[in-house]
Amino acid sequence: MSADIPMANNNDPQTNPTGAAGYGHVVPTSVDLSHGAILYLDDITVSFDGFRALNKLTLDIGVGELRCVIGPNGAGKTTMMDVITGKTRPDAGTAFFGQTMDLTRMSEPQIAHAGIGRKFQRPTVFENHSVFENLELAMKMDKGVRATLLARLKGEQVDAIGSTLALIRLEEQAFRPAGLLSHGQKQWLEIGMLLMQEPRLLLLDEPVAGMTDAETERTGELLNELRGKHSLMVVEHDMDFVESIAQGGIVTVLHEGSVLAQGTMDAVQADARVIEVYLGR
Amino acid sequence: MAVVAPKRHSLFPPAVWTGVLVATALLAMLPILNLIFPDGSALHVSSFTIALIGKFMCFAIAALALDLVWGYTGILSLGHGLFFALGGYAHGMYLMRAIGHDGVYQSDLPDFMVFLDWKAYPWYWSFTDHFWYCMLLVVLVPGILAFVFGFFAFRSRIKGVYFSIITQALTFAAMLLFFRNNTGFGGNNGFTDFKRILGFTITAPNTKAVLYLVTLAALLGALVLARWITQSKLGRVLTGIRDAESRLMFVGYDPLWFKLFIWTLSAVLCGIAGALYVPQVGIINPSEMSPANSIEMVIWVATGGRGTLVGPIIGAGVVNGMKTWFTSALPQYWLFVLGAIFVLVTLFLPQGIAGLVRKLWTRRSTPRAAADPATGGAS
Repeated sequence: MSADIPMANNNDPQTNPTGAAGYGHVVPTSVDLSHGAILYLDDITVSFDGFRALNKLTLDIGVGELRCVIGPNGAGKTTMMDVITGKTRPDAGTAFFGQTMDLTRMSEPQIAHAGIGRKFQRPTVFENHSVFENLELAMKMDKGVRATLLARLKGEQVDAIGSTLALIRLEEQAFRPAGLLSHGQKQWLEIGMLLMQEPRLLLLDEPVAGMTDAETERTGELLNELRGKHSLMVVEHDMDFVESIAQGGIVTVLHEGSVLAQGTMDAVQADARVIEVYLGR
Repeated sequence: MAVVAPKRHSLFPPAVWTGVLVATALLAMLPILNLIFPDGSALHVSSFTIALIGKFMCFAIAALALDLVWGYTGILSLGHGLFFALGGYAHGMYLMRAIGHDGVYQSDLPDFMVFLDWKAYPWYWSFTDHFWYCMLLVVLVPGILAFVFGFFAFRSRIKGVYFSIITQALTFAAMLLFFRNNTGFGGNNGFTDFKRILGFTITAPNTKAVLYLVTLAALLGALVLARWITQSKLGRVLTGIRDAESRLMFVGYDPLWFKLFIWTLSAVLCGIAGALYVPQVGIINPSEMSPANSIEMVIWVATGGRGTLVGPIIGAGVVNGMKTWFTSALPQYWLFVLGAIFVLVTLFLPQGIAGLVRKLWTRRSTPRAAADPATGGAS
């Protein structure tokens, strides 16, 4: 599934003129957050063969906010994520990360290194590696060949892995192969791997798809624990789940490529247009 | 509650260390027994056995090298025989120069050049009368070829069966090139009839014993090096490439350089194996580059057990042991047997001999065996 390969284009000379993927170096991320927002999308338009997947979409996300984005199929949720992560170039409009980074001019690896982490629907973890090793591999550090060959875990790095393990509640499984985890546990491990990369903004695409009720509930708790520490954008279908994590925060409803309504969960659910296109059906 | 780091393992579990060192000691004693005890003594080890095991150990180094790229990184090479042969040819050039005037034609030039009526060495034979220069070539020629080839192949994201086929084509093309007399490497006869190495008579039992021991040391060194690499974080990145390459890119690693590193290292190890092989068997010719040879290497690794390091060493010994027996007893059946081995291993022993041993070991010492089984490596 090509959708699972966010960096598939890093050899594309157009998106990456230097040819250097930007891997292997810890890019000093200086995201300018002086105006309190981490992501600005302004008038973004994306067309595929005349079909407007995104139509003058304008959206901004505050630092430390947990934003839920809902919308019927085809509303443009995935395309929006593709634009933010550099997978798709908008035909018009601007996308800024912080005040200064123009996402429409950055390659996928550059965006990833700048601090936007994306979790895809289908979890992929290194099944033959232990949970601990999965997190170790994901940890933010020099990822060049030589540094990797000579890498030795330092005490504080072990502590960082330990606290992530506690957060995703996989301490008991730390030294089991990740392939033996349940579907939900793999999703959490993947979120943990994203967290180890210390992203400024986390994009989660349907994080509870295919989970049991208990796992869904647990994922809600996990996201609530991340609220305030990380900026998060959660795209989800499951309304009960969105209610459980929205908690008075802003929910954005997308419809036909632009924002239909925005506000608290209660306000959105009371909105006549939202009821008509989405909730009412 | 705090999570502790996984205990820093020694390179091998103690049982495997013991096994490796005992096997090394036993192998090291053979040439000594050969030299000390006269022919006919009960403790005498025949020169034939020494030559045979010396050869097997060269194959074992090649199998180990192949395991690094195939077993650990998931890159199946069907052209490793090329790197083996190039290392052999590089060393062979020195051995040809060391013949001096003792050839059939008693000329400055090797016999095959006299035969072609060449008057001087071609440029690429420059300095090959220096042993250490040739040793440098042993490392550089396979290394640089692998690096350049790998760079373009991996950068173009050629994977799986396509990569395997290209490596096969590469070794086949090289074989055709080396078959030509004009290439300057002795055509289909290759290099042979060596007289001496560093001044020592190459057929003398003492020289043979030293070559054998150097090979043994190289094998042990290669095993320790390979184990060190595969146990490092880089080793986990390599298995990550094998299992979920796109995921690895997403986590921030560029697979190109990791693949290139292990691919080049593997080619260099294979070249060293070839360089050790040539003085012991006394000949190198283009048939070493034939596709069948490279495929046989893959069978050694599969039989021994992919991704186990020790397994491919055992596999190289077992398959070649059978080959030696069959080609003398029932020569016409060997290829059928080889094919049967491959089919049987694929069907019934997907983890090879090492996997079988591990399974039996686990069954024997059930409760705590889930930890780190005998042969280690990627489970």
